[in-house]
Amino acid sequence: MIPELGHFALILTLLVATVLGILPLLGAQRNDAALMALARPAARLLFMLVLVSFGCLTWAFVANDFSVTYVASHSHSQLPLVYRITAVWGSHEGSLLLWGLMLTGWTAAVSFSRRLPDVFNARVLAVLGLVAAGFFAFLLLTSNPFERLLPAALEGEDLNPLLQDPGMVAHPPLLYMGYVGFSVAFAFSIAALIGGQFDAAWARLSRPWTLVAWLFLTLGIALGSGWAYYELGWGGWWFWDPVENASFMPWLAGTALIHSLSVTEKRGAFKSWTVLLAIAAFSLSLLGTFLVRSGVLTSVHAFAADPKRGIFILALLIFVVGGSLCLYAWRAAKLSGGGKFANLSRESMLLINNVLLAVVAATVLLGTLYPLLADALHMGKLSVGPPYFEAVFVPLMVPVVLLMVVAPFVRWRGHELPALVKKLLPALGASLLIGGAGAWATGTPSWRTALGLALAAWVLLGSAQLLWGRLTGQGTLMARLGAIPGSWWGMWLAHLGIGVFIIGVSLVKTMEANVDVAVKLGESAELRGYTFTLDKVVEAQGPNYTAMRGVVRVSHDGQTINVLHPEKRIYTARQMPMTEASIDAGIFRDVYVSLGEPVDASTWVLRLYYKPMVRWIWAGCLLMALGGLCAALDARYRKLAKIKAPA
Amino acid sequence: MKAKALIPLLIFIGLTVFLAIGLTLNPREIPSPLIDKPAPAFNLRQLNASGQALKLADMQGKVWLLNVWASWCVACRDEHPVLVEFSKRGVLPIIGLNYKDRDADALDWLQKFGNPYTTSIVDADGRVGIDYGVYGVPETFLIDGKGRIRYKQIGPITPEVLERELLPRIKELQGA
Repeated sequence: MIPELGHFALILTLLVATVLGILPLLGAQRNDAALMALARPAARLLFMLVLVSFGCLTWAFVANDFSVTYVASHSHSQLPLVYRITAVWGSHEGSLLLWGLMLTGWTAAVSFSRRLPDVFNARVLAVLGLVAAGFFAFLLLTSNPFERLLPAALEGEDLNPLLQDPGMVAHPPLLYMGYVGFSVAFAFSIAALIGGQFDAAWARLSRPWTLVAWLFLTLGIALGSGWAYYELGWGGWWFWDPVENASFMPWLAGTALIHSLSVTEKRGAFKSWTVLLAIAAFSLSLLGTFLVRSGVLTSVHAFAADPKRGIFILALLIFVVGGSLCLYAWRAAKLSGGGKFANLSRESMLLINNVLLAVVAATVLLGTLYPLLADALHMGKLSVGPPYFEAVFVPLMVPVVLLMVVAPFVRWRGHELPALVKKLLPALGASLLIGGAGAWATGTPSWRTALGLALAAWVLLGSAQLLWGRLTGQGTLMARLGAIPGSWWGMWLAHLGIGVFIIGVSLVKTMEANVDVAVKLGESAELRGYTFTLDKVVEAQGPNYTAMRGVVRVSHDGQTINVLHPEKRIYTARQMPMTEASIDAGIFRDVYVSLGEPVDASTWVLRLYYKPMVRWIWAGCLLMALGGLCAALDARYRKLAKIKAPA
Repeated sequence: MKAKALIPLLIFIGLTVFLAIGLTLNPREIPSPLIDKPAPAFNLRQLNASGQALKLADMQGKVWLLNVWASWCVACRDEHPVLVEFSKRGVLPIIGLNYKDRDADALDWLQKFGNPYTTSIVDADGRVGIDYGVYGVPETFLIDGKGRIRYKQIGPITPEVLERELLPRIKELQGA
């Protein structure tokens, strides 16, 4: 009964979304206040309905209702409760429902914003309603999570053991919050295109929404990377896998978008850029969904490969992106304008930033789709891997990072080059020295490490100098500190985060070490001054798996620093083996042990990793997200009076 | 309307054409490097009371199917009725490679669902599976009289696959 209720709520959702997508839009064209007034309540009702539907599916998982096909294929009565709940988004149908929940959640949140003029508000909500209508039609027609299985299965097939992990609890919701959050920036742009109004208020109002979406996406990607690091058991943190790229491309477009929005807000320029980037960020999110769900690309993440779904998502993609680009082409003439600026100015810096980030996103897109293009053109099956991405990504990102430090020192409209050079030359010189010395100090100097460390030093020194400049001068320190707006702190923290991230990446790339060794019980192996002693291997019983658990004593300079317990698990329901690595984490290094195959009764293969500074990668991401939060909370967005309704 | 404003739209149209073509292709259809190469040798115990060994050389001169199966494999259960029906037609010997399975479970499974195999051989640790490049169960290899692999089916044999892919090839090989 309860699954039917969820199904029914889903059907109502589609109907309400259709109403929301059409009537307020008509109302806005005809200036009919009654029709426009529908938008807010409809948006909230939409969210409530999806929430009911989501609750019903969760109930089916919690209650082990194996008469629901989706539950029967992705849960098991022995699965711990927390994983039964997260199994809701453990596969295609449920994760799409989560996507829908996020989309309608964002829509409902926008409906509470009282600062938007009614016409604009009606258009924004209607655009979100149209997207939701297309999306829920897809869900109902091709991927209904409430489909019944008659007769009911006696037992479920269990959740993929890879997904039975705390990382899975938070990774998809955060990622989807980010993905789907760009729908708001998209809707703002489309509403502005429909109305033909592009004022500073439009940019200012969409900025906090975009920032929040961006910060969720940043967290989601970082968490996914951390999860891959310890759960996949091979110690990598980024694989340039199509599904990772699918989340990284909207991040790149979104990063460009938040920068472009600042120019549009402050100087009224870059309107075309802002509109196109908003469309791009959301389109790339949709494209990501298409790539993951349609099965056109194979990936370690490949969940569902079903051509019917692919065709539907492609149609949705054409409708949403094609429609908005047509609208853009029609309205583009209205998008010109904005103040003049010199060749060296904050505007030109941000323009270069937009161009570079857009090019990076395009090269990632090309690399991701290349196997598909080659296959379509009968050039054979091939795969594009990390060598391509590293070869193109690094040279493009180096100028981004270089200019990222310079830009905040440059004034709007124009700046004198000699003054700028004089200001930044000491930091530049010091960075080069630090890069060279740092690379030499690692013991295995390479120009890549030197470059990485010099860039990181450049970012950190530049940030310090920027803060120093803000804190010195007239007035007390406290007064000067208080005068710094949240958006400035956001920029500063996020840029600092990039520096921290680069330190992590450069050092882990050059100094990491790993070794596979066969170790007899009671004997030990060495790696980078750490001694790993395999004390014993015991059998262990988990709630839904059996495991061989190694007891590995890690010592350094004769002192035991930790006892690690890597496991080899067999999940009973699927008889699927899993390697559970065990990590001694630290600020400056991780040591990582995973248990391999037994060689004989008393000898096991151990895989040992030494990962210096690997935590800095995620610390950098956290700083970036924190920066996003500071910027989104900038007092300016809250104090703002209602913008003028268009005449 | 400025022509420049149409550029994003044109790029997008180009992209969708490729995505649409991509939908008609199957990324999983990976050409096996073993096609037209000699089948890797094996010498495995048969899944029956006698426990006699079967070697690759024993199949010399015959066109035959090597079907990788396991009692724990859900997709095999879909495939199984197709194989049982096919085996009744007696077109060619079907050898089962019982992959990473327990004998008792495997025999029980054949008892329950029927036995389409001329015989099954036991690959309990999956070594022969590695030699054949098996990465999913079920998989099926068509091997000719000279012991060369001529076709490989990844995933279950459906009635369509049987009619369109396997039977024409079998006829051709048996005629030769």
